[in-house]
Amino acid sequence: MTTIDLRADEMAPSAPTVLRGEIGMVERPRRRWLPFSPWHLLLMPVAFLMLVPFVWVIMTSLETLAQTQHFPPILWPGSFQLNNYPRAFSSVPFGTWFLNTTIVTVSVVLSNLVFCSLAAYGFARIKFWGKGIAYFFLLATLMIPVQVVIIPTFLIVKQMHLLNTLGALIVPNLANVFGIFLLTQFFRTLPIELEEAARIDGASRLKILITIVLPLSLPALATLAVIQFLWTWNDFLWPLVTIYKESAFTLQLGLMSFQGSHVNDTNLLMAGNVMSMLPMLLLFIAAQRYFVRGIATQGLKG
Amino acid sequence: MTDVVFDTVTKVFPGQTVAVDELSLSVDEGEFLILVGPSGCGKSTALRMVAGLEKISAGEIRVGGVVMNDIPPKERDIAMVFQNYALYPHMTVEKNLGFALRQQHTSREEIGRRVAEIAQMLGLEDLLARRPGQLSGGQRQRVAMGRALVREPKVFLLDEPLSNLDAKLRVQMRAELKRLHQQLAITTIYVTHDQVEAMTLGDRIAVLSAGKLQQLGGPQDVYDLPANVFVAGFIGSPPMNLLSGIAKEGRVEAGDLVFERSGVPDGEVIVGVRPEGLRPVGQDDPGPGFEVEVEVVEPLGDEVLVHGYVAARDAGVRIEVEEATLLATTKDRAAVTVSLSPDVRPTPGSRLHLAVQHASVHLFDAGSGAAIR
Repeated sequence: MTTIDLRADEMAPSAPTVLRGEIGMVERPRRRWLPFSPWHLLLMPVAFLMLVPFVWVIMTSLETLAQTQHFPPILWPGSFQLNNYPRAFSSVPFGTWFLNTTIVTVSVVLSNLVFCSLAAYGFARIKFWGKGIAYFFLLATLMIPVQVVIIPTFLIVKQMHLLNTLGALIVPNLANVFGIFLLTQFFRTLPIELEEAARIDGASRLKILITIVLPLSLPALATLAVIQFLWTWNDFLWPLVTIYKESAFTLQLGLMSFQGSHVNDTNLLMAGNVMSMLPMLLLFIAAQRYFVRGIATQGLKG
Repeated sequence: MTDVVFDTVTKVFPGQTVAVDELSLSVDEGEFLILVGPSGCGKSTALRMVAGLEKISAGEIRVGGVVMNDIPPKERDIAMVFQNYALYPHMTVEKNLGFALRQQHTSREEIGRRVAEIAQMLGLEDLLARRPGQLSGGQRQRVAMGRALVREPKVFLLDEPLSNLDAKLRVQMRAELKRLHQQLAITTIYVTHDQVEAMTLGDRIAVLSAGKLQQLGGPQDVYDLPANVFVAGFIGSPPMNLLSGIAKEGRVEAGDLVFERSGVPDGEVIVGVRPEGLRPVGQDDPGPGFEVEVEVVEPLGDEVLVHGYVAARDAGVRIEVEEATLLATTKDRAAVTVSLSPDVRPTPGSRLHLAVQHASVHLFDAGSGAAIR
């Protein structure tokens, strides 16, 4: 597949350029009245619109409280209140919450990678009775909104005496159906001969999963890890339901304390917000390589 | 003894598709056996059952006297080369070669020694640090063979290993395979649909069609004495010309071609004539023969292929072979192919008188297709 693609690419520059509709005429060099594609005129404002909330958050985090309450909103404060950041950090147990969130997120991401891989491999490759039905019902649960299962899940977590502990946030999320679905679909695209060759070579199913399937699935695993990280790190509703002890708060829950019925420190809230976003930005930068590779190697298999 | 025995082996896939139908044959120790047949004839399924990749629906497969039906692939001590090589893309050539040994917990020194040995045998020394994606087709093929051979398996299975290579490389690798087998003498089962591979490589060949064994024998025996009309049409390149004929009182007639053959029961027969069993003669030649209306002439250097029509009825046997008949058959004209020596160069549109050599005429029962001898 690759060679064909490459050849097509190599051929392109030398191929004669023919004006559409008029065979034989050589295309005149296109007059460029813009240093970029005209489409960018449309796309740039849209991209800018996407950025506005993000910029607004950063700007608000650098304003005084009075500036944040001004109407119309001040988008460019004259002086930057950089000390909003240390204030946000010290006025609440930010470090503890950050640590809590990190523990929960890392545990959930790792356990999802492990359990979803195992389940997905089973669905993708192992023949067993009732597989089709089991997979169908598993996927059907994706259609059920979280709000519907929140009370039963709460009762189970309560029975397990996990309320007000980080366990309440970890245990119900050890694996999720989306991850199983994503990996199952990806595993199915890997050539079965690789696994058959490994079986003949003497590898067990688990060994095949670890030494053959998972290394070839890094793009899918990276995608799952990032999505799961995002969901867990940003989760607000479930921690709100199960955690009401400040020492077990996650960041998203803790940030709420800047904004209540008696306090409204919007500038500190936004400073906390920016700090809570940093790990995700770092993760994206680190995992970007895999996304790009995941897309770029689509044609390289085989 | 590491012989392989198929004892009335049957494979039925879900939906009642019978891929292999009561296959019985045995592969002797150190033998190179070819399973050949058109696509969908069950040859790959038969091979995969030996490897343990497919469950056996009925019958037994024994390797070295041990029944393999319920033994998992990794305990069979069998190595297999896949059509698309199935090299692990994320591992270097060295890691690919050593994979099976690592699964057996062989010591690191021993793995190093055996990988180096096999790399030397197959000329892979300079490629050990590369990944499969950085290798050419022929190199990948060699790595795939090396990965199978490094384990020193009891039985070596090859599933169309040369079909992804270009024609030149295929010839080269074919010779290399033969050399390797002569050197190592491992019991080998080789699946192919290419009858040139079948003829050149095998000690014996087993011709399969629709899951059934059609004939088992040495390549020359199968070529000289095909057991039925399917084998006759499948083995040989270009394929045998098959005409419809009538036998009566020891005399066989197929259009212009008339000859005596004793012991043939009266009735409809299929007359098979190898393209290379015909030679040009003068118009007044008394022996059996026919006249060909030349349509297409293909000079190949060492031979000339002539495609044309004879006044006879085509037997109507359709066998899936790579070189299908060039010309369409009509009601009273049958398309035939003739292989001539390069000094004969008929022109299209001319008529060619050909004598049929007695030994290259084969007769088959029109009903069952079985050879009449």
